[in-house]
Amino acid sequence: MSQFEPKIVAFFCNWCTYGAADLAGVSRLDYPPNFRVVRLPCTGRLNPKYILEAFKLGADGVWVSGCHPGDCHYISGNYYARRKFVLLHHMLEAIGLEPGRLNFSWISSAEATKFQEVAKDVVEKVRACGPNINFRKAELELGLSEVA
Amino acid sequence: MMSLEEISQKIQASAKRLLAEGRAEVVIGYRRGTTPLTVAPHFARTAEDCDQLVWSSFAKINLATYLPKYPGKVALVAKGCDARSAVGQVVENQVLRENLYIIGVACNGMVDVERILAGEPRPAFEATEDQATIKLSGEGWITSLAREEVLRRNCRVCVSRTPSATADEVIGDQTEPLSADDFADLKELAGRSPADKLAYFKGLVKECLRCYACRNACPLCYCPVCFVDETRPQWLGKSQDEMDTFTFHVLRAFHCAGRCTSCGACETACPMDIKLREFNRVLESEVQKDWQYTPGLTWDQKPPLTTYRPDDEAEFIK
Ligand code: SF4
Ligand code: SF4
Repeated sequence: MSQFEPKIVAFFCNWCTYGAADLAGVSRLDYPPNFRVVRLPCTGRLNPKYILEAFKLGADGVWVSGCHPGDCHYISGNYYARRKFVLLHHMLEAIGLEPGRLNFSWISSAEATKFQEVAKDVVEKVRACGPNINFRKAELELGLSEVA
Repeated sequence: MMSLEEISQKIQASAKRLLAEGRAEVVIGYRRGTTPLTVAPHFARTAEDCDQLVWSSFAKINLATYLPKYPGKVALVAKGCDARSAVGQVVENQVLRENLYIIGVACNGMVDVERILAGEPRPAFEATEDQATIKLSGEGWITSLAREEVLRRNCRVCVSRTPSATADEVIGDQTEPLSADDFADLKELAGRSPADKLAYFKGLVKECLRCYACRNACPLCYCPVCFVDETRPQWLGKSQDEMDTFTFHVLRAFHCAGRCTSCGACETACPMDIKLREFNRVLESEVQKDWQYTPGLTWDQKPPLTTYRPDDEAEFIK
């Protein structure tokens, strides 16, 4: 049986993790191709509804990544974001999202190797959760399945 | 012990005084409902209007919900929880403190009408009450219920029954706060499998009609356009898809994170008797644990999501 290849929606901040992904590519570091990246100006821009929307449209996992706390391009965007993530992460797992489906990291634009490591780790975690059945809409009008 | 009639009279007297002094253009309070076991919101602008103001155990609507819609000077008849909502609105810059006068009323808890009707399906023509009992009477029958037994669930864990710290005046005998929600059921649920948790929470909202009465009743839901009504992009489908309904409840609760005062307005408004406050409780427990924050108790507090500490903990972020 072929291995389950999860689809992951990744929300990266423009200034740090997006840069790290770029650097990883330029440095020819191998990482799994399972995610589709949505670039945000800042993790502070991430509205929780984007995450639920991704799951609703059939994503098997979500990965949110931005600048390390203290290094935000907008000074404090990720400090605010961190509090939101604390609540959202707690809430979604408390109501039944499998641990491992929703992942967060801080990766600076210089950390290409950390990007590679975390990318592999996120994919394995989501793979272990299996396909997202519980948080997707029963009937998808235009799901990620068509984009894959 | 001050009787309900005395409390009603005091509310009327305060309302008249505030209107006469120009301290308020309108007093928002309660009047008798058109059916037994109900009260209706009442907007008193003249001395005669004030004579209709009443107080009862059925005054469960949270009148603070009207405040952000009134630009002028308003006096609000407020239970402990309503006062907390009003304080939250001031803290969030939706209501000007100088335009608001809080007529606090010492509250003994409001009753759950669904619960009463479940135990007494015969149509009641009248409901009267004293401190400890609610008396219902219908055609050829009369029965009395212990108030304690039929209190709303949120009123059993209320930490601010008398808004003495924030109200401009308080009517009635000071009622003591009860012991706070210990979230024991949520702690128990936390130890179970994701599938169990999901089954529990999806089960809670299975009957939801997405009528949004809960949102309309909520004193915190003052967004000009609610996410449920957004169409481009459309975050929630208009069908009864289970996941759309579930998403509504998750996001509704999230929007109230660190702000919800457990006033129970949402559950009271719900025609399907859905326990939607359970979603809020998940966040309430976390907000208390992480930031020791209880909303609506003082004028100078900062809601937890509008601030941060550089050393906030989030060990799950790699
Ligand atoms: S929550 Fe508290 S203040 Fe509000 S109605 Fe119940 S007992 Fe009264
Ligand atoms: S009031 Fe009840 S039925 Fe209506 S949307 Fe809210 S929870 Fe659903």
